Amino acid sequence: MMEQLYQEMILDHYKHPRGRGLRDPFGGEAHHVNPTCGDEITIRVAVDGKHLSDISYDGLGCSISQASASVLHELLKGLDAGEAFRVHEAFVELMQGRGQTEPDEDVLGDGVAFAGVARYPARVKCALLPWMAFKDAAARAGVSTEVTA
Amino acid sequence: MTFDVAAIRKDFPILDREINGHPLVYLDSANTSQKPAQVLDVMREYHERHNANVSRSVHTLGTESTTAYEDARATIAAFIGAASSNEIVFTKNSTEAINLLAYAMGNASTQASRAGGAADPRLCLGPGDEIVISEMEHHSNIVPWQLLCQRTGATLRWFGVTDDGRLDESALTGLVNERTKLVSLVHMSNILGTINDVSRIVARAHDVGALVLLDCSQSVPHLPMDVAALGVDFIAFTGHKMLGPTGIGVLWGRFELLEAMPPVLGGGSMIETVTMDATTFAPPPARFEAGTPPIAEAIGLGAAVDYLSAIGMRAIHEHEQQITAYALRTLAGIPDVRVFGPGTPEGRGGTVSFAVEGVHPHDVGQILDDLGVEVRVGHHCARPVCARFGVAAMTRASFYLYTTTDEIDALAHGIERVRKVFA
Repeated sequence: MMEQLYQEMILDHYKHPRGRGLRDPFGGEAHHVNPTCGDEITIRVAVDGKHLSDISYDGLGCSISQASASVLHELLKGLDAGEAFRVHEAFVELMQGRGQTEPDEDVLGDGVAFAGVARYPARVKCALLPWMAFKDAAARAGVSTEVTA
Repeated sequence: MTFDVAAIRKDFPILDREINGHPLVYLDSANTSQKPAQVLDVMREYHERHNANVSRSVHTLGTESTTAYEDARATIAAFIGAASSNEIVFTKNSTEAINLLAYAMGNASTQASRAGGAADPRLCLGPGDEIVISEMEHHSNIVPWQLLCQRTGATLRWFGVTDDGRLDESALTGLVNERTKLVSLVHMSNILGTINDVSRIVARAHDVGALVLLDCSQSVPHLPMDVAALGVDFIAFTGHKMLGPTGIGVLWGRFELLEAMPPVLGGGSMIETVTMDATTFAPPPARFEAGTPPIAEAIGLGAAVDYLSAIGMRAIHEHEQQITAYALRTLAGIPDVRVFGPGTPEGRGGTVSFAVEGVHPHDVGQILDDLGVEVRVGHHCARPVCARFGVAAMTRASFYLYTTTDEIDALAHGIERVRKVFA
């Protein structure tokens, strides 16, 4: 049971976060807090033309929220905004699917490891924290949050 | 009578449950306690046999209901050493009890500032006046006073916490001074387990003419309580942490102070006479119980108090001291575990917060739950305490009369599992 939640992939991203640390320059920044547990994340989005040239972050929190930020960085950095929000939408849908949504590995990459999290309603907010902060940061960077196919 | 934890556990139907294939190990009683069959039975019987509104009906059911409701008040009054049952104001919970005093003081202050208005000066606040709390408080004993200070222009000040999790009284005389109107402190910390000996602070507060409220949410359920011996002016506590239902709490106050307090909620049951021009108010406690109260819940809390009294609060406290000593020893023996708050059972209750090095409390709690061990994780509605100890969150195990040493062993086993998963 626990193995569904704490997939090796999640623990690996938690212990060895990819791209962690806040970097300059950036176009928009957002800081989100989960008031029930105190988890925090700050995300910065840098835009170069239509590409998200960097997504940098720092945070404090449980393995699920921090691994989720690492996966987000890995998946979305370098994409154009439309592609990024397609992945964003797929991840949010997976998290809100109560464990009934079949994840598409082509879209979500390491994000599929979070499929088990959706079965733990108390932890869905942890997984979504960086993704919600990213959306705000992207909007502040002037990125359209429209999904393109 | 010897304390028989196995017999006590038989009274709590939920303790037979399994969680994720393991026997339930409930270590979250500081959050809410479990309820014995005796309490559940009384509440069901009330609804099945006696249900009617209180304090207004001449019929038989109304009389039975009113008698049961007022008997519960008397039972609770005796349990905490109140001078009379009229000193027991039923509220929704501790939070509402604390807010009731805060709003009554706010209303008194407004009243006094009007031309020709009068209110008891002990309850009135304005710019230059001070309220003193501590860094150890639950948010429910911080936020109402921040809000009252915003409304009145008074200043909020606080005691710090020492490294070993005790109230830092070194600045007592400066902190509690002739400007202080109220000192509101936690009796037992919901996160560190510290039991505060407030005798010096109460003496100083009364010397300078300040009132004292003690937040007893965590102490009334676990310790023999005597408000007269404590010497305080008000206490707040809640039913669901002491084997009773949710939705019922208590503000106790010395009667002459309750009598001096203006009403907070207006409506039915709290009045003497109403005309279209004006209203006169009932004496306490009715003055502060507008509307139909949580009747079954009050009766359920009375039954919980009967249950606790039959076992004896001294015996319950001694049992919890043994469990706490065992837990502190056990946790001290696990590598990478850091306990916050007093490291020995002296001057502390059965609430133990800790960190597992390198693992976030949410992850600790999740893996423990997988083994049927239910603990609280997070900031425990006491963020300033977490900040004081330099962490964002803590894991908390809390005990009660039904807790066994086997359950502490299950906790220790679970922590070992946590360390393996995150090794």
